[in-house]
Amino acid sequence: MKPPPFDYHAPTSVREAVEVLAEVGAHGKVLAGGQSLIPLLNMRIAAPAHLVDINRVAGLGEIRTDATGVRVGALVRHAAVERSAAASLAQPLLRQALKLVAHPVIRNRGTIVGSLVHADPAAELPAVLALLGGSVRLASTTGEREVAAADFFTGPMESATRPGELAVSAFFPAWDGGTKFLEVARRHGDYAMAGVAAAVRLDEDLRVTAAKVACVSVGPAPVVVDVTAACGGRPVASVEWGSVVAAVQDRIEPEADIHATADYRRHLTGVLVERAIKAAADV
Amino acid sequence: MYDITLIVNGVPREARVPARRLLSDCLRHDLGLTGTHVGCEHGVCGACTVLLDGEPVRSCLTFAVTVDGREITTVEGLATGGRLSPVQRAFAECHGLQCGFCTPGFLCTTTAFLRENPAPTDEEVLEGISGNLCRCTGYQNIVKSVHRAAELLAEEPS
Ligand SMILES: Cc1cc2nc3c(=O)[nH]c(=O)nc-3n(C[C@H](O)[C@H](O)[C@H](O)COP(=O)(O)OP(=O)(O)OC[C@H]3O[C@@H](n4cnc5c(N)ncnc54)[C@H](O)[C@@H]3O)c2cc1C
Ligand code: FES
Ligand code: FES
Repeated sequence: MKPPPFDYHAPTSVREAVEVLAEVGAHGKVLAGGQSLIPLLNMRIAAPAHLVDINRVAGLGEIRTDATGVRVGALVRHAAVERSAAASLAQPLLRQALKLVAHPVIRNRGTIVGSLVHADPAAELPAVLALLGGSVRLASTTGEREVAAADFFTGPMESATRPGELAVSAFFPAWDGGTKFLEVARRHGDYAMAGVAAAVRLDEDLRVTAAKVACVSVGPAPVVVDVTAACGGRPVASVEWGSVVAAVQDRIEPEADIHATADYRRHLTGVLVERAIKAAADV
Repeated sequence: MYDITLIVNGVPREARVPARRLLSDCLRHDLGLTGTHVGCEHGVCGACTVLLDGEPVRSCLTFAVTVDGREITTVEGLATGGRLSPVQRAFAECHGLQCGFCTPGFLCTTTAFLRENPAPTDEEVLEGISGNLCRCTGYQNIVKSVHRAAELLAEEPS
């Protein structure tokens, strides 16, 4: 189908963009890469009266990388971060996750920040932000605020972004240890039935000193579980995986849909938790 | 209504479109370039894939107004001077199409893919075309076509 009609705005600066967004309030939607919004318009699931196209806004296209992590502007496409050697070095989990987001052609247009604001519980990047304890910077006519991942994902397809606010960038902190993103999907590039991002830190004797996971598709938002205690301070080879898996399965709330039953998602999450932590430790 | 100019296959083309006009519909209806096919309008099938400043994108998930002033390459622009491009010749030679509905998307995707990765492995080919669906061929001959296109391109760099 075709998108319903809307009033179109094409600001060229952040200031202009937030002014328009303030004016149109709850009747307005930001258009970034359009890879989630335009399907919703085409299917007539969404019908905003105003679209604020930020593709011409100056200053939102930057990837800034240093020892503390990676900050990406709102117009940075998935493909740009996937290709960035500096971003991969500072936070390897970004590229690991991006390879699992849709297909290369979609990643040429889709933005990192758009994926975060869209807040699909099956999406990879919200899990990455939540696992690393990153944040999103929101701008409005009254100024800017930085919202921590823990407060940003408020429900399925819901974020803390208020009407009138523009997400201008997101920050993915570095992690002094290993990471891995694994998922199971029906077909390559599809949304995952279950997926797990893991971050692990080992001491000199290869004992686990920190381990946490973020799970997708098993709750209204990414489910982050710290499993350091469950790993019992042991080396990965002698961790009791049963208790680690149980610690995660206690916290998730999978639901059944056309793609998988709740039990199957719970099972997959358990399998992926063990695999992802082992793989994250293996670097 | 918006007056826009798209550089389509090297030629500036003007159109007067509402903001909600998808790039796919602008190409097909406003500019009469029906080579770009439309299957799903959800971004899933890949039939509508065109090149935007050389990069493959879904024309059904792009508004024409957003890309005002930019360069678009469609399947009509792949051949030069009446001669099919190496990618097009490879698909013809290897029987990489049957009904042809998916073909414009595969040709555009493959053209950009081989530019970035001129000698792909089987696995890389599969990933490169994973976003394009074909209901006829069973993909085997499409994979062969992509490898053959890589050979032809290596023989005659343009
Ligand atoms: C076939 C297909 C498969 C896909 N598979 C996956 C997948 O496996 N995993 C996955 O994670 N995603 C997947 N996606 C979605 C894709 O990753 C989207 O690109 C991404 O979710 C949204 O980014 P965008 O820039 O395209 O946002 P848009 O579609 O432009 O916007 C999405 C939402 O976020 C809002 N928004 C965007 N940017 C801002 C901003 N700066 N400030 C405020 N609000 C903003 C919009 O108003 C809208 O509500 C898939 C998409 C398709 C078409
Ligand atoms: S028509 Fe655009 S992806 Fe199917
Ligand atoms: S040749 Fe018929 S859909 Fe691909």
